Amino acid sequence: MNLSYILLIPLIPLALFLVLGIFNKKIKPAVSGYMGVSGLAISTILSFYTAYEYFFVQGKINGAYQTFVEKMVWMNFTDTLHIDLGILIDPISVMMLIVISTVSLMVHIYSRGYMKGDEGYTKFFAFLGLFAFSMYGLVLATNLFQIYIFWELVGISSYLLIGYYYTKTKAVAAAKKAFIVTRFADFGFLIGILIISFHTGTFDFETLNNPEGSAILNWASSSFMGLSAITWALILIFIGGAGKSAMFPLHIWLPDAMEGPTPVSALIHAATMVVAGVYLVARLFPMYYLVEEGFALRIVAYVGAFSSLFAAIIAITQTDIKRVLAFSTMSQLGYMMMALGVSGFDGHEGVGYMASMFHLFTHAMFKALLFMGAGSVIHAVHSNYLKDMGGLRKYMPITNITFLIAALAIAGIPPLAGFWSKDEILVATFENNLFIYGIAVFVAGLTAFYMFRLYFGIFWGKETNYINAPHESPFSMTLPLIILAVLSVGVGFIPFSEFVTADKIGFEAHLNYPLAAIAVGFGLIGLLLAWVFYKKENDLANRFANAFGVLYLWARDKFYVDELYLFITRKLIFKRISAPIAFFDKKYVDGTMEGIGNKTVVISQKIKALQSGKVQDYAFGFMGGAVVLALVFIYLWTN
Amino acid sequence: MNFSSFLIMRHEILLLVITLVLLVAEIFIPNNKKSSTVHLAIFLFGIHTALGFMALDESSLFGGMFHTNNLIHFFKNVLNIGVFILLLQSADWLQEKIVTQNRGTEFFILLFFSLLGMYFMISAGDFLMFYLGLELSTLPVAALAAYEILKRSSSEAGIKLILSAALASGVSLFGISMLYATNGSIYFNDIIEVITSNNLTILGFILFFAGLSFKISLVPFHFWTADVYQGAPISIASYLSVISKGAAVFILMILLFTVLKPLMHVWENLIYVIALATMFIGNLFALRQQNMKRFLAYSSIAQAGFILLGLITGTQLGTATVVYFVMIYIFSNLAAFGVVQAISLKTGKENMDDYNGLYRTNPKLSLIMMLALFSLAGIPPVAGFFGKFFLFTAAASKGYYLLVFLAVVNVTISLYYYLLVIRAMFLRQNDNPIPFFKNKIYMRLGLIITVIGILVLGLYSPLYGYIYELSTVYK
Repeated sequence: MNLSYILLIPLIPLALFLVLGIFNKKIKPAVSGYMGVSGLAISTILSFYTAYEYFFVQGKINGAYQTFVEKMVWMNFTDTLHIDLGILIDPISVMMLIVISTVSLMVHIYSRGYMKGDEGYTKFFAFLGLFAFSMYGLVLATNLFQIYIFWELVGISSYLLIGYYYTKTKAVAAAKKAFIVTRFADFGFLIGILIISFHTGTFDFETLNNPEGSAILNWASSSFMGLSAITWALILIFIGGAGKSAMFPLHIWLPDAMEGPTPVSALIHAATMVVAGVYLVARLFPMYYLVEEGFALRIVAYVGAFSSLFAAIIAITQTDIKRVLAFSTMSQLGYMMMALGVSGFDGHEGVGYMASMFHLFTHAMFKALLFMGAGSVIHAVHSNYLKDMGGLRKYMPITNITFLIAALAIAGIPPLAGFWSKDEILVATFENNLFIYGIAVFVAGLTAFYMFRLYFGIFWGKETNYINAPHESPFSMTLPLIILAVLSVGVGFIPFSEFVTADKIGFEAHLNYPLAAIAVGFGLIGLLLAWVFYKKENDLANRFANAFGVLYLWARDKFYVDELYLFITRKLIFKRISAPIAFFDKKYVDGTMEGIGNKTVVISQKIKALQSGKVQDYAFGFMGGAVVLALVFIYLWTN
Repeated sequence: MNFSSFLIMRHEILLLVITLVLLVAEIFIPNNKKSSTVHLAIFLFGIHTALGFMALDESSLFGGMFHTNNLIHFFKNVLNIGVFILLLQSADWLQEKIVTQNRGTEFFILLFFSLLGMYFMISAGDFLMFYLGLELSTLPVAALAAYEILKRSSSEAGIKLILSAALASGVSLFGISMLYATNGSIYFNDIIEVITSNNLTILGFILFFAGLSFKISLVPFHFWTADVYQGAPISIASYLSVISKGAAVFILMILLFTVLKPLMHVWENLIYVIALATMFIGNLFALRQQNMKRFLAYSSIAQAGFILLGLITGTQLGTATVVYFVMIYIFSNLAAFGVVQAISLKTGKENMDDYNGLYRTNPKLSLIMMLALFSLAGIPPVAGFFGKFFLFTAAASKGYYLLVFLAVVNVTISLYYYLLVIRAMFLRQNDNPIPFFKNKIYMRLGLIITVIGILVLGLYSPLYGYIYELSTVYK
């Protein structure tokens, strides 16, 4: 398969970033908007062409999809270990190309309307280009090292985009929080990479993932604290993934990141960057599955399931519509992780893997749609809060219909896209782990409930007294809504199991009617409850909340996870560690110097121009250090 | 011994000749044309740098007092490039501030003597030559630190440096004398045969180590750093943090990996402790700095801590990673100091707050600064990332997992304060930003070379392979 044109897919957004970034002020906003959209359109066409070529023409050899790699050695580290740079084409990377291209293109079109008149219009499109480039590079990476590089680039571009409204202190704080939390998680990733490269001598995905290869077969060769070193590495890599994919307890940055412009949330926090963690686990799936009987994979499953439930409960209580969507995203990401976690490898055993990727795909469409719909509403009423909305269906018909479609899709109502992918996830969990299955079904009900609470709250319910009557958004914003709504209906019918599977040999998936009925039943119950509570103005919801009392308050305050982190950082680290150091520095270091200064005041008066009064102190430190070290290494630390 | 064998001292001889030429030129160039000495010095040093790349034999002179090999030769070239960039970056400052006081030529003479001292130090074959090199490299710098005689802070920096340096070399000499007492020789080749681990040797080694640590500003021998950097002219702060530190790291590595290898069981623990202390103290103090020079001072302390991760290994891999990292560090730090220098020269502003909104008025300078800080912070795909990653891998290959983990923690802390500067330049508003200005040709060249250096080191991989090949001498 000829891969050279695929290189253009990431390079076009990079070129956009460079051109728009360097000639920032010299390009008219209208022109930069068109440049962004047309550049991404070319990337999108190329992505679809790649997908067509791969899935239907050249990709399948002897009934199995092949992996195509084109790479060059970038840096030789030692005689055996080297870093490559290249592109890797296999079912999941092609699928991700489609997701990124489609959503990015929609976001570009949408932003032309949403960001109109903004001072940094061109800069915004430049950042979007940088982000698209990094994300493409991430999914096309051929090895752990390359993926890490783009992983960090994605982090930086998302930092720039979340903090785009840099005059808003909250936005800047959120950008910083997102960067620091994900960076913290990335340590895990980096150390994991180090361990893997040392125990296997390679960064290469193909070599690592080969079930017959030494990386997988020799996992037991070294152990650390009861587990194989490779398992530790995989857990650490998963920590990196959990940071980007907002898994508990590293999720705290995602709700705050909603301070960024809404198109950014649709792109980064719904469809692309946040699924990077899921993609990473899927990319190394053979290792996760085969090393130490899938120990690391079970951790993935439980973390995913817990995050999914945890976020769904919080989502019910939020009043900022973007935050509801943020927690919903976290919950759905948990779903994907959970499906990966319970998956097997061969044939129908690997239904979890397939379902996870399928859900990633469908979720990208309808969640981007939900965010853009929310953006359209915010654009109209200039507020993020439910209390400022209500009855908007009359004013914004297109937003209303498309939002409804997306809400039905995420609630898993047939025949929309979410139904199909969710059903596969439930099948996978049912066959492997009934406990997780129970959580999954319950979350399905909760999802329908909070989503329709949102929908009824925005478009039905009691109308707020609008000062200026809200109106439908411009065509550039409604067009992507309509396209994504069509996709949210349509993509569910793709026979995904024939294209994307763990062993790369397709299988035929059937709808499991009893399971589907149960899931739809739970979804409908959630939907109906939301109908009763929120369709018309009434105090049922409040009474219900009161009945739950403390539990409700806990959930509303996100179970105080943020506060816990604040306690640890502010109270423990800043107060107990940094402050004493600063105090020590001020009181004793400075104090000692002042003391010496006072005693030698007479002398220092005379030679003031020459003597600073501090050098003695430095000399004391120098000698003291040398003597202490000498004593330690002569008498105490001898080996 | 015939005359041609002296040619292995080509670097030293050439530099000495250049210095003497400048001395003579100083006499003959009339006072109103003194600024031409700046051009002359840069021109001559440029030729010297270029000639340095000619191949050189590995051999030794004076009964082993002076020796050289390909890696040492390579490192002298690295120092030359660093000094050359530094001269380009200082040229405008010299023309505007120093030549007008009629003290331009001495600047070069002092600087070149100090560099000469470093050549001798890293080529040393015995402790005497090492000590002479150490002294020769330090004393002129103290004079240079006090070079802005109109500024009190500059004189203060000079005094602090000379006092601290005197103490450090005194302690170091004391240590050397103990090593002589236990081993009966000052020649490295002899010592390596007889050195054993006993209390007096260890005491001697630690005192000697303290003296060198002073030059690298390792904790707890770092106290002078921030004050001196802040007070000294920026060129000299840059010289201390880049050239002087680089040379000291290099000689420390040579000594640890050859003569002192039998004491490895002592020094690996010593370096372990000092690496941790240096990284943490450097980083924690850097967090609170407002003055850019002070900020870069603490940042360079922290960077020295990272370098120790490569030193702890004692292997070829360690040698290669240290040399590679030092090269990247030289370019990155020179770029950062260069920007600070350019801004300080035009506006006299040196605080972080003054940099608010710099991107709007001076986008190119801000981008260079960003590149430099990203490289120092180790953000991929900039060169600094590879430098750090390789150091960590080297340490991990010897099983120092905990040390690597704590170093990674430190990378994040450092990331925070490097981002502070970037945030100031790109995201902060400023009612009274630094106005747009154009740099003169020398400064521009000096900055462009650093940018090329950072990019090439990160992206052009055979260079690391070349260093790895050279590093076979120390393992």
